[in-house]
Amino acid sequence: MKSKVMTSFTEATADIADGSTVIVGGFGLCGIPEKLIGAIKENGTKSLEVVSNNCGTDDWGLGILLANKQIKKMVSSYVGENKIFEQQFLSGELEVELTPQGTLAERIRAGGAGIPGFYTATGVGTPIAEGKESKQFEDKTYLLEQAIVGDFALVKAWKADKSGNLVFRKTARNFNPLAATAGKITIAEVEEIVEVGELDPDQIHTPGIYVQRVLLGENYDKRIERRMLKGV
Amino acid sequence: MDIRQKIIKRAVQEIEDGMYVNLGIGIPTLIANAIPEDYDVMLQSENGLLGIGAYPTEDEVDADLINAGKETVTAVKGASFFDNAESFAMIRGGHIDLAILGGMEVSENGDLANWMIPGKMVKGMGGAMDLVAGAKRVIVIMEHVNKNGESKVKKQCTLPLTGKAVVHRLITDLAVFDFTETGMELIEIAEGISLEEVQNKTEASFKISNLQMKYSD
Repeated sequence: MKSKVMTSFTEATADIADGSTVIVGGFGLCGIPEKLIGAIKENGTKSLEVVSNNCGTDDWGLGILLANKQIKKMVSSYVGENKIFEQQFLSGELEVELTPQGTLAERIRAGGAGIPGFYTATGVGTPIAEGKESKQFEDKTYLLEQAIVGDFALVKAWKADKSGNLVFRKTARNFNPLAATAGKITIAEVEEIVEVGELDPDQIHTPGIYVQRVLLGENYDKRIERRMLKGV
Repeated sequence: MDIRQKIIKRAVQEIEDGMYVNLGIGIPTLIANAIPEDYDVMLQSENGLLGIGAYPTEDEVDADLINAGKETVTAVKGASFFDNAESFAMIRGGHIDLAILGGMEVSENGDLANWMIPGKMVKGMGGAMDLVAGAKRVIVIMEHVNKNGESKVKKQCTLPLTGKAVVHRLITDLAVFDFTETGMELIEIAEGISLEEVQNKTEASFKISNLQMKYSD
């Protein structure tokens, strides 16, 4: 297997065109591809449709792309940590599609698995059911939800080998393995790259088939949104 | 004892030894501290952790280990980590024994509204719609009336719904109600509270056929 390792974050993200749909891993600021987001900011790519559970904070994560007016539409489940988001949404600059977290995860999973849609009881009788087809299965109503596929997926893993096999760490896994499957091109940034054969095949979370590019990130910021301590 | 503590003290009685439980963000999260120490209860965090532990010491803080409220946490012995599709398969698939969530309004047929106030910035529903649709048992905890003294226990919710006919039990600072096939039923009244007060502060219609106990603070 040819090495998928690249060294320049700028080069690795250069073909993300204006208007692309980009699925981005992470939950809050945990497990976000912070170097790839930084590279897109530098590239100045515009009108992005970003699929990600949250939109960072005002000054970190996807929030920096928002502040730089690079995002046209967000598909998320919770965006409450971001004031710039509110301003752009209220002024009409930013389009938002709110999707329940589990439905969002499954839409991405389905996209990566070649399933165009699925039925779920989540959201029946609520505003998110408006305009969606529904169907009865054994006396219960379910909504039809559509899969999401990205032109690109950006993920953050703990370790990779040079062929793109990925291992995640703790709750930094979150949406990353799903995002990895659903990008036509998936770019992974990691804290350590090892030789092919060094990762135990039983411990690989994302098989390398889903990953096209791997980059080593250094000096991770890994910001914490709510630092809670025992007994405080 | 303040209203929060009173609700928490009553709500924790819903948790049984051996359960897998999801506690919502905010006040429901605080119920974890009231679970008896000899209970073997696994708390699920929908961002991908089964087995939430205590808050970490300074040395244990790990940016890669947070709960659904984005707070730093630890993991208990026997915990597991997984992705969000797995996490919500667990929830949607009916494997979570109990979910306890906060509420803005609950209606007499068990509808819940807890995610959005029209005219205010919409923050999003997070995992709440999935939890109420998927958990085996859904309990809502909230104050009985709002700041203006108006009942939050409604005939019909006025706020956009999180789920329709999804609540099994409602626990407030005044009373406990169950939602069954035959409607809403008052099952407990808090100590020091009269039935008349509960009736006056409840917009919803409810039955009283099996009112047994009072709970104290």
